[in-house]
Amino acid sequence: MCLAIPGKIKSIEYQYDGLVRMAKIIFGGITKEASLEMVPQAKEGDYVLVHVGVAISIVDEEEAQKTFQYLAEIGELDDLVASSQLDMPNSNL
Amino acid sequence: MKFLTEFRAPEVVEQYVNELHKIVTKPWTIMEVCGGQTHSLVKNGILHILPKEIRMVHGPGCPVCVTPLNLIDKAVYLAEEKGVILCSYGDMIRVPGSKRSLLESKANGADVRILYSPLEAVKIAQENPDRQVVFFAVGFETTAPANALSVVHAKRLGLKNYSILASHVLVPPAMEAVINDEEAEIQAFLAAGHVCTIMGLGQYEPIVQKYNIPMVVTGFEPVDLLQGILMTVKQLERGEANLENQYSRVVKPEGNPEARKVIDQVFEVTDREWRGIGTIPMSGWEVKAELSEFDANKKFAVNIPKAPECADCIAGLVLKGIKKPYECSQFGKGCTPMTPLGAPMVSTEGACAAYYHFAGEEISA
Ligand code: SF4
Repeated sequence: MCLAIPGKIKSIEYQYDGLVRMAKIIFGGITKEASLEMVPQAKEGDYVLVHVGVAISIVDEEEAQKTFQYLAEIGELDDLVASSQLDMPNSNL
Repeated sequence: MKFLTEFRAPEVVEQYVNELHKIVTKPWTIMEVCGGQTHSLVKNGILHILPKEIRMVHGPGCPVCVTPLNLIDKAVYLAEEKGVILCSYGDMIRVPGSKRSLLESKANGADVRILYSPLEAVKIAQENPDRQVVFFAVGFETTAPANALSVVHAKRLGLKNYSILASHVLVPPAMEAVINDEEAEIQAFLAAGHVCTIMGLGQYEPIVQKYNIPMVVTGFEPVDLLQGILMTVKQLERGEANLENQYSRVVKPEGNPEARKVIDQVFEVTDREWRGIGTIPMSGWEVKAELSEFDANKKFAVNIPKAPECADCIAGLVLKGIKKPYECSQFGKGCTPMTPLGAPMVSTEGACAAYYHFAGEEISA
């Protein structure tokens, strides 16, 4: 239940009498609606983490790369990170 | 964008495992607090590939598992006797109460609805002005903003027929309860990434200091988990105890202030009973007194007598990391996901269900 999934903001609109900022968010192939009230700075094209219908965080791309740089820093990750093999289909997200 | 596809990369996983083998010299016991992480560790076979020195034990971070039996009985009562539209997350609906689960109530004709989000429950209340709608709001800090937001929406819309039955629990007091339990032997924690997304890192530094215990805030992908474990083992091997953040792409040190504002608007801290563990002081949230019209506990003042727990279920010991699911006499015998005796066999985040589906008894790490 604490599962939160990253998805990309496709479009933003106001609902509930124009009071609430909502977004259509694409997860892999599926589009779902989520509230953007917790991430007022989020804009179209951003990746956000969505949990039970509410976006709770913007996913930072630069920080994301750090997970992969970490091994490189300790001298273990040859050219793997840069290699195109890692461009796998995004089916699970 | 490439980065979201990289996190399942098997080659990188292998590199992390090799690095772990290289640096580990002693046995270490590490607890991942969050059930989502338990699930990912077991499902992705990570427990099999870790060096044998590293023992992962699974913590109490399964909201459905720690929701008291009495509260489930109360939800069943509201659905059956008070005629409310009772909504909750799918997992919660399937957990057996002392007589039956909400799902069984639904089969008997009660109006029980499985929802993806509490915001949908507010819509249902709007569309059914002559019915009372109750959302069974379980969860840790991650889920609190959504549950709180549903109350804010209902108030904004002036709804008089919406309330929540809150069973909200907090991670830091549970960590301390586990550390202080004499039977538990935890040497380090993977802290739950999504909880820290909301709350930030501030609450954890004092625990690291006080108990001199390493802690790494970690994500949920196999690569995240292995990196989190590697960072933890490095600290342990060096004899350090620090708070580190593996999951910085999502977790900011300050958390999400907007989310906390909404939580503070709706909830206040209270003592909470954790199923199988007992009452932990100041370990949960309840709806603030000034919003009591949205608190199902106050709105429907029913007193359901406490029923005894199933005597064979050792869920409390499993949730504190003292026993593994396969050490329970009922695991896979009397207790399966189809015939669960305890909540950890129901929830997708429960350790018993994770082992039943993906590992069985073969994992003895
Ligand atoms: S296997 Fe079933 S009975 Fe045993 S601890 Fe897990 S939920 Fe309880």
